[in-house]
Amino acid sequence: MSDLRVHVEGVGLWSPQLADFAALRSVLAGETPAPAPVRPAAATLPANERRRAPASVLLAIEVAGQAVAMSGRDAATLACVFASAHGDQPITDYMCATLARAPAELSPIRFHNSVHNAAVGYWTIATGCHAPSTAIAAQAASFGAGLLEAASQVLADERPVLLVCSDSEGSGPLTEVTGSNQPFGCALVLAPAASAATLARLDLRLVPPQPDDALPEPLAAWRRTNPSASSLALLALLAGNAGSCRLAAAPALGLQIAMEKVA
Amino acid sequence: MPHVMTPLAVTAHTATSALGHGLDAQLDALRGERSGLRPNDFSSAPLACWIGRVDGLETAALPAALASWDCRNNRLAWLGLNQDGFLDRVHAARARYGASRVALLLGTSTASIGATEEAYRRLDADGGFPDDMLRAAIHTPHSLAAFVAAALALEGPCLTVSTACSSSAKVFASAERMLRLGLIDAAVVGGVDTLCDSVLFGFNALELVSPGPCRPFDAARNGISIGEAAGFALLERIDAAPDATRLLGYGEASDAHHMSTPHPQGLGAELALNDALARAGLDPAQVGYINLHGTASQKNDEVEAALVGRAFPATTRASSTKGFTGHTLGAAGIVEATVALQAIEHDLVPGNLGVDTPDPICGAQFAWRNEQRHIDVALSNSFGFGGNNACLAFARAGFAA
Repeated sequence: MSDLRVHVEGVGLWSPQLADFAALRSVLAGETPAPAPVRPAAATLPANERRRAPASVLLAIEVAGQAVAMSGRDAATLACVFASAHGDQPITDYMCATLARAPAELSPIRFHNSVHNAAVGYWTIATGCHAPSTAIAAQAASFGAGLLEAASQVLADERPVLLVCSDSEGSGPLTEVTGSNQPFGCALVLAPAASAATLARLDLRLVPPQPDDALPEPLAAWRRTNPSASSLALLALLAGNAGSCRLAAAPALGLQIAMEKVA
Repeated sequence: MPHVMTPLAVTAHTATSALGHGLDAQLDALRGERSGLRPNDFSSAPLACWIGRVDGLETAALPAALASWDCRNNRLAWLGLNQDGFLDRVHAARARYGASRVALLLGTSTASIGATEEAYRRLDADGGFPDDMLRAAIHTPHSLAAFVAAALALEGPCLTVSTACSSSAKVFASAERMLRLGLIDAAVVGGVDTLCDSVLFGFNALELVSPGPCRPFDAARNGISIGEAAGFALLERIDAAPDATRLLGYGEASDAHHMSTPHPQGLGAELALNDALARAGLDPAQVGYINLHGTASQKNDEVEAALVGRAFPATTRASSTKGFTGHTLGAAGIVEATVALQAIEHDLVPGNLGVDTPDPICGAQFAWRNEQRHIDVALSNSFGFGGNNACLAFARAGFAA
């Protein structure tokens, strides 16, 4: 099997400590960036939708919007792969608690917002995107599996793809089994060919499973707080000039990534 | 436009639903025009509606080595894997290609959320999950695929697609891309969804559930009947099985319209259909049968019937089989893919069960009763919340578009 080569044109990032990809660069340079606002701005959403949308949707749309803006692409033209290990945990907590107490009182809006593809649904509606869109999950390997799915779409159909990987923070009794202590989201715009917008080139290869690469603090601690934060290994790489990292693509499958900066 | 794709062989497939365990039971029910729907007897406070329930799950324990995965959804997955010799076919593929060269790509809408609901009904005095439910792996959307990966000992790419009711159709597309790129040599695709309070009370809150058995495309249809099902297929390159029925194409598109109602002109559905026809290299007139999404919701059926009417000649036969199985949500894509495969393999156009008075919007393409006719090419439509649309195209071995 030859390597899967894709080109990164945009990067989005949001956590309580990191308002965007530039904030990660400054952390890695030893600086202390201003913390992110309490809620992601999610400016791509119309104001009425932004008021109604759950936090998990705001998070995914914030990072998607950052990455697409950096790429300079028209969001309507991008196929979408939205990954999340757990979906919207506050909604799952609400649904299970309500069903245990008074099932007939379940909110219809929270129910339709509970689908795993809610965030990508809101995104395609807000951007007028008719391209293929998908929502995937792979537990702790959700980012690696999402990157593999996105790269295979980029190369098989020779089209640019927006990859988002995000998880909300835990809520209620559910938190004990999801281990998600704070929100984290990231996004990449990936393209099949180099262009003026290319920031970096990635060569992906499937390999036997490997332990996580070591990360400097505070990234290593952040990685433990949210399943989507496994992406920090690649995001830290993208903040530098060249190098490689390994991610889990499945429990028994690793993804070796070689990165070379272009811009 | 996409390139015409190299077809893939569907070297094994299986389905378990309210129609019974395995393909023979499904074919018998289709041939006999017998619905699997029954009055709702699920949960402690059943809503007044009809459901498509799979018998035997309460006593179908998992093998001891897999016991930590126990929950209704994984029981249904295991029951489904054990039909039609499917396990043996996967073991043979694993031996032939190697465990890391077989992908596992499964669709589900709610996975084992029923187990999480149960944990919330039985919280400890301190407000936490009871000890027997402190199994993190079953409280995530990936529970199904992670369980099946363990049960089949597969080590290749492993992905859950969860795009509501199109989930287990879209896995065929992911598999084809990975095969084409040489990442894998075979893929187990499919999906499982089980009855649970989340979907019964959720669709009820949206006022989308019929009080009686669902009546897709009936003028007086009044909502869906929710069902549960498991289905799987094994995809390989054609040289592995030149005589097997083939995946000829697939299409995917987004409505960009509304979270819970379809685009009024069926824009995303039509884009997905055109994408599937283009990849398959098909002209609409070459399509013999379409298994429709046909949920019996007002809007879906109106939009889908109009699309069939403007895109296909009357020689293309079309029906929804949700009157047989109920709407099996994330499993609908794979269950209805197996119906499309059976249409080709048994020359059977299943009738659109449950209709008294056809909606006048339905054209001459609709097969209201069973028809015995030669089918070379069959499509299956699957549309989900969030405006997520998929269309699959299958063909008899040797069919040349």
